[in-house]
Amino acid sequence: MSSSQRYESPDIGLTGWSRWIWRQLTSMRTALLLLLLLAAASVPGSIYPQRSADPNGVAQYFRDNQQLAEVLDFFQLFDVYTSVWFSAIYILLFTSLVGCVLPRTKIHFEALKAEPVQTPTNLSRMPVYQIAANPTGIDPVAEGKKILEKQRYRVIQRGDSISAEKGYLRETANLVYHFALVGVLIAVGVGGGLSFSGQRVLAEGDTFVNNLAGFDSLSPGTFFDPERLAPISVTLDKFEVDYDFVNETNIGAPLDFRATVTVRTPTDQEGQTSLVRVNEPLDATGASVYLTGHGYAPEITIRDANGDISYAGATIFLPQDGNMTSIGIIKVPDNLPEQIGVVAFFYPSAIELTTGAYTSIFPGVIDPLLSMNIYTGDLGLDSGIPLNVYALDTDRLNQVAGRGTDNPAVELRLGETVDLPNGLGTVTFDGIKRFASLDIAYNPGQVWVLIFAMLSLAGIIVSLTTPRRRIWVKQLGASFEVAGLSRRDDPRLEEVVRELTEAIGKGKL
Amino acid sequence: MSPLVLNEELSQLSLLVVYAAMAVFTLAFLVSGYHLSQAASSKSKSAQPPGANGTKSLVMLERVSLALSVLGTLILAAGVVMRGIAAARVPWANLYEYSITGALILMMIYLVSVRSKEVRIMATFVVGFVLLVLGTAVSVFYVQVASLMPALQSYWLVIHVMVALLATGFFSLAAALSLAYLLKTANWVENAKTRRTEKFKRIMEIFPSKETLERLAYRFNISGFILWSFTLIAGAIWAERAWHRYWGWDTKEVWTFIIWALYAGYLHANATRGWTGKRAVWLGLIGFAAVVFNFTIVNMFFKGLHVYSGL
Repeated sequence: MSSSQRYESPDIGLTGWSRWIWRQLTSMRTALLLLLLLAAASVPGSIYPQRSADPNGVAQYFRDNQQLAEVLDFFQLFDVYTSVWFSAIYILLFTSLVGCVLPRTKIHFEALKAEPVQTPTNLSRMPVYQIAANPTGIDPVAEGKKILEKQRYRVIQRGDSISAEKGYLRETANLVYHFALVGVLIAVGVGGGLSFSGQRVLAEGDTFVNNLAGFDSLSPGTFFDPERLAPISVTLDKFEVDYDFVNETNIGAPLDFRATVTVRTPTDQEGQTSLVRVNEPLDATGASVYLTGHGYAPEITIRDANGDISYAGATIFLPQDGNMTSIGIIKVPDNLPEQIGVVAFFYPSAIELTTGAYTSIFPGVIDPLLSMNIYTGDLGLDSGIPLNVYALDTDRLNQVAGRGTDNPAVELRLGETVDLPNGLGTVTFDGIKRFASLDIAYNPGQVWVLIFAMLSLAGIIVSLTTPRRRIWVKQLGASFEVAGLSRRDDPRLEEVVRELTEAIGKGKL
Repeated sequence: MSPLVLNEELSQLSLLVVYAAMAVFTLAFLVSGYHLSQAASSKSKSAQPPGANGTKSLVMLERVSLALSVLGTLILAAGVVMRGIAAARVPWANLYEYSITGALILMMIYLVSVRSKEVRIMATFVVGFVLLVLGTAVSVFYVQVASLMPALQSYWLVIHVMVALLATGFFSLAAALSLAYLLKTANWVENAKTRRTEKFKRIMEIFPSKETLERLAYRFNISGFILWSFTLIAGAIWAERAWHRYWGWDTKEVWTFIIWALYAGYLHANATRGWTGKRAVWLGLIGFAAVVFNFTIVNMFFKGLHVYSGL
């Protein structure tokens, strides 16, 4: 009969099933497995380049191995920490955590109000047990109560025995630890949503205005509102580097980077001048300014055959090695007979190799040299496709100077002016500035992350170092028994029971 | 700013002193190993009560091994301090320096805990591991003294790295105890059949009971876990100052987090029915394997912002 069969295997229904799933999810074993799963799921993010930390690495991966990269990308292996599967694990973990900790909080509140447990009938079965004669003739139970109360135990006397308990703080701190972890997660999420960070490269003398157009690149959080960018401007007055000149094995190692910046606000047009160094960002209201990179920005002027200026200014050169051999790109679309593009090499301390090529042997400026390969043709600036200012697509251009052409590369020492080939004009190496890469970042959540992290640290320290102890003292004819039990590891339990027994025996602590 | 002066000669001398410490540790290792084997054979003859002479010589052996460990530690300390003076900064700014300072801290934690005889018996494991670390340091990780790159010029280098070293020291001792636990409880040891495995079983019998080993490993691991949590937080504070964000899943940050999660799992395992004992001990060792992996492979071969191995 179907109906009787139904009774045999009870239909627990949807609520039953959800209750069962909830119980499974909130069990310690599940929490443990989810923690291990989270650890394992974090590993691929350290193996494959991540878009968040290393976007160039991801692009390189695609260039090197397109097919594999597409498969990896499908499984979000370049975005591990925002991937569906990683998020699923930590959301489950935190659900499990909350589901485990809430009932424990309720139980703990009740335990805090409750009296210590009944004294077990057979104390000798407790993990630590002593029986002692009572030579002084005092009441060992009353004496024990006095001593334990002095030691801040919660004590209750029932007949000829006392039951004492201490260390409720262990569970309190443990709960604080777990709630603080939830706090960390929320602060990370909310703070991340409200945060932004932008990058800007500034040559000495240049100014950056803190608005959307002012950044070279920007990574805003989900709820970031550009209206709330602090109305400040940052001028890079000066950038200095100290290199090691003294220690033979360490020559050329950078010792210090210093960016002198002036921050102006609408109410303070004079501005405040201060120093930004690596590890010492400038904390302005609403944003902090960090120094993340540096390089040279040679000042170059290009004139046409009539001597009219077609290009002038400090040009950012990206460093290629430890001795600051740097590459810069110049594009001159107007004012010349043809559009020209320049791939320029800058050597702050140049020496000529036997091959005729140059290299820099020291990162500071000792003997600077600019060497330029010149191209003519359509630079593609009018096509409407955004182009990288730090790259020149030479495939469709015609090289007119440099290796492989009839004209040697255009070489310039500081202050020199040299003719461009084919009567295009002249180029002048006017001076050398430095540039600094600045990060401008704001995260209102980070202070809360820190507060909750410190709270969790305090919680775990207190929890792991506070033992939860139960102590019983019981009169047994002319002798008395003392027994102790700890929840989990307690290195001092034996000592505590022994000392208590001795103290009662002596009638004083 | 006064000019930085590196003392390459002193750093060469420091290397020699580290070699000297390794020589003394090798002796300590041999003596403690010999002590274990003697203790094991004296135990097998214990049908008749062990002669006073036998016990005496055993105590003597242990004392010699301990004295050699102390001596080696003092010499190593001198080597580490010399390296710091030679570089004019804290001696833990690259993989070589991190290793020698880490070895020193591990020995110091061991020597402080050595009053407990359950920990003292671990000498062979601990000194053996320290020798391994120092050997790798001088042969693979060695670099000349160099100035501190600006990214490392921060008091957080002192705090963050020092606490990481301490945590690693505690994890290492816990790992030694866990290894002893696994060797003691391994099937081929408990049911030893051949003469050789029986001899090994007798050696393992000198070690504390498996409950004691497990409990001691737990205590060292919780100290390590607390210190590691602090390392992680301090690292995040430093990262905010240096790299504009407190957390960015840089490879080293990832592995710091993985280690944290593994040891958090270990703590849970110790409170989960069916997971205490062998399983938890294994988990602790997996955590330690991650620590070693982070320290060697990640430092040397993984790309990221923490490129400080100096290699």
